[in-house]
Amino acid sequence: MYRTSVLKAGIAVAVTVMTLSAPTLAADSIIVQSTTSTQNSGLYKHLLPVFKKKTGIQVNVVAVGTGQAIKNAQNCDGDVLLVHAKASEEKFVKVGYGVKRSDLMYNDFIIVGPPADPAKVGGMKNAAGALKKIAAANALFASRSDNSGTHKKEVRLWKAASVDLKNASGKWYRETGSGMGATLNAGVGMGAYVMTDRATWISYKNKGDYKIQVQGDKNLFNQYGVILVNPKKCPAVKQATGQKFIDWLVSDEGQKTIGDYKLGGKQLFFPNAKKGQS
Amino acid sequence: MLERAQILDRPALAAGAREEPSALLPCEVRGLCFKAGDKQLIGNIDLTLVAGQVTIILGPNGSGKTLLVRLLHGMIEPSSGEISWGGMPLDEATRKRQAMVFQSPVLLRRSVAANIEFVLNLHDGSKLQTVEEILHMAGLDDKASQPARLLSGGERQRLAMARALATRPDILFLDEPTASLDPASTLAIENIVSLACDRGTKIIFITHDIGQARRLGDEVIFMHHGHILEQSPAKRFFDSPSSTQAQDYLAGRIVL
Amino acid sequence: MQNFAEAFTLAFDLMLSADDDLLEIIGLSLRVSLMAMAISTLIGLPIGAVIGMSRFRGRGATIILLNALMGLPPVVVGLCVYLMLSRAGPMGWMGLLYTPTAMIIAQSILITPIIAALSRQVIEDLHNEYAEQFRSLCVPPGSAIAALLWDARYGLLTVALAGFGRAVAEVGAVIIVGGNIEHLTRVMTTAIALETSKGDLALALALGIVLLSIALLVNAAVMGLRMTATRFSYA
Repeated sequence: MYRTSVLKAGIAVAVTVMTLSAPTLAADSIIVQSTTSTQNSGLYKHLLPVFKKKTGIQVNVVAVGTGQAIKNAQNCDGDVLLVHAKASEEKFVKVGYGVKRSDLMYNDFIIVGPPADPAKVGGMKNAAGALKKIAAANALFASRSDNSGTHKKEVRLWKAASVDLKNASGKWYRETGSGMGATLNAGVGMGAYVMTDRATWISYKNKGDYKIQVQGDKNLFNQYGVILVNPKKCPAVKQATGQKFIDWLVSDEGQKTIGDYKLGGKQLFFPNAKKGQS
Repeated sequence: MLERAQILDRPALAAGAREEPSALLPCEVRGLCFKAGDKQLIGNIDLTLVAGQVTIILGPNGSGKTLLVRLLHGMIEPSSGEISWGGMPLDEATRKRQAMVFQSPVLLRRSVAANIEFVLNLHDGSKLQTVEEILHMAGLDDKASQPARLLSGGERQRLAMARALATRPDILFLDEPTASLDPASTLAIENIVSLACDRGTKIIFITHDIGQARRLGDEVIFMHHGHILEQSPAKRFFDSPSSTQAQDYLAGRIVL
Repeated sequence: MQNFAEAFTLAFDLMLSADDDLLEIIGLSLRVSLMAMAISTLIGLPIGAVIGMSRFRGRGATIILLNALMGLPPVVVGLCVYLMLSRAGPMGWMGLLYTPTAMIIAQSILITPIIAALSRQVIEDLHNEYAEQFRSLCVPPGSAIAALLWDARYGLLTVALAGFGRAVAEVGAVIIVGGNIEHLTRVMTTAIALETSKGDLALALALGIVLLSIALLVNAAVMGLRMTATRFSYA
């Protein structure tokens, strides 16, 4: 008798646990394939509740590197793409996967490094010049090397600095193949310079004694764009709901909400959608 | 060594307990061989086992006693030769009317009662006795709900005996069931054996204990190197064994 | 070292506060991994039992394969499930990607070989013990399997727990097929990965401590159940 009741109690607990907090995809919801910087910086936590309150739409964010986000969207596994690699985004639209690309907001990239600053790049504005000095000094540099928006930008800057990375890889050039946060963790851990977007850096908590060494170059400009995945390629795309989200993001209200997001008193993203572009 | 008088002090039998001799007997074995690879472990055995006797199998280690019993019980297939039980082949129907107890009993990881129930549920229509009756016979009445594996060595073997007898088999094979038991536990097992025998079960008993063989045996089979050297009534075997190997064995000399 | 001290305080605070978001994440972790464990047991146990108690050609190779599959890399499983469930994949029409169901599928694939391989060993050991007696008793195969499963139940429970442990601690597969979406597919491990990438190592560690505590609780609960059952019934 006792055993039966114990068994029953066990089953009851198991069933309760399984049904407890069982979220499912809400009817009015979309999936946004996005970049890690927007999520890690807390922007979505600031934006999405405002949007949900207004429209009742649940926005589910999958935060991966820009390269993977675009891949996922091409597999039709998302309704909206919000990333930061303009050339790739334009290509995405051109080959028919996206309906239209809209500028959304920007911030900038920075190069952070240890306070000892072995390559003596502290205070420099010229990003390519700084990279050249880092290469010349054989100072450690941690790169994401994950085909993300940040990585693509970094590669362009190395090209501008005419540094050949092939021979440096594994020596002073360390390719982590991971996200921004993981790469920062690795960089701080080994005393390497890292190029990161400013939003991630401001919200990043494991800075140690790291400092911003290089900033202010117009080549370090970081533009975010937003695209509706094309229902012609991906019939499952929730066109109307996705478009509603994009429309709100580029609207005066959406843009103001983006601009209002601050961390430690610092604004992380600067809205720059063109009027009437969506 | 225990005296014969002690064994007579066994549980009283119900009136008319000795039942009809089993239809499974006699057992006829003709030209039985068992080979492992090139090695002949059982060589060309002819044997007849009749009803109503406790047959003791004696012989030094490696003489093929256990193998012979396994072949008779159908646990393994012979390389050649034939075994029949009451004119019937050794098939599942025949085998279901036999039981076997091993030297170290294999008990299910369940309660004492559940071990008996398992066997009773296996063969429909075999519920001749209740679990309580069966446990009572083995003196395990108060252990019914205990885990079988926590019993003492003697209790474990008694349970194995009780389980083997639960379905009232016609034939019971015993492979040195008391080899690792103390005298009291050995006596308890012997009592159960005698009880089963009185109920009409044919006992085929392997032992190294010559005293036990004298106490229980009606007939002795003496094995050596995979052959049967002697099959004779117990009294004659113990008084005047015909083979030198049996003489040596009984005298406690090493038999090669 | 400061991170560790901070993490323990934080973990303690987290557990005491019973924060809604944390409870939701814990609930989903348990739901996904317990479901995966249940499904894997339903599939893996019979496979393990059959292999454990039968002899057939290629059995050795099957066991080697099964044992090797215990080391399936979660990321590879995640990737395969992603490719299957993606809208562009063969099962995309079901719309399961980025749902808890997708995570359950991935974890089930990951731990089914573990449950099959370990239960094979448990069943085989018991079968070796029982085989002779069963042969003597002419136990039919069906009853033999049932008896082995029942008598090995506590060993098999430990096997199921090993599967659960692997599932609940796994991140590589669920982050790919679940997407780590807040309030939808975020579980303990993906939350830990996220906090690590935000550089909040203390919070990540604290979540790790909470996860470990939950695993401890689940195991203690099962052990308690087992001990009560043993005391009141059969060993």
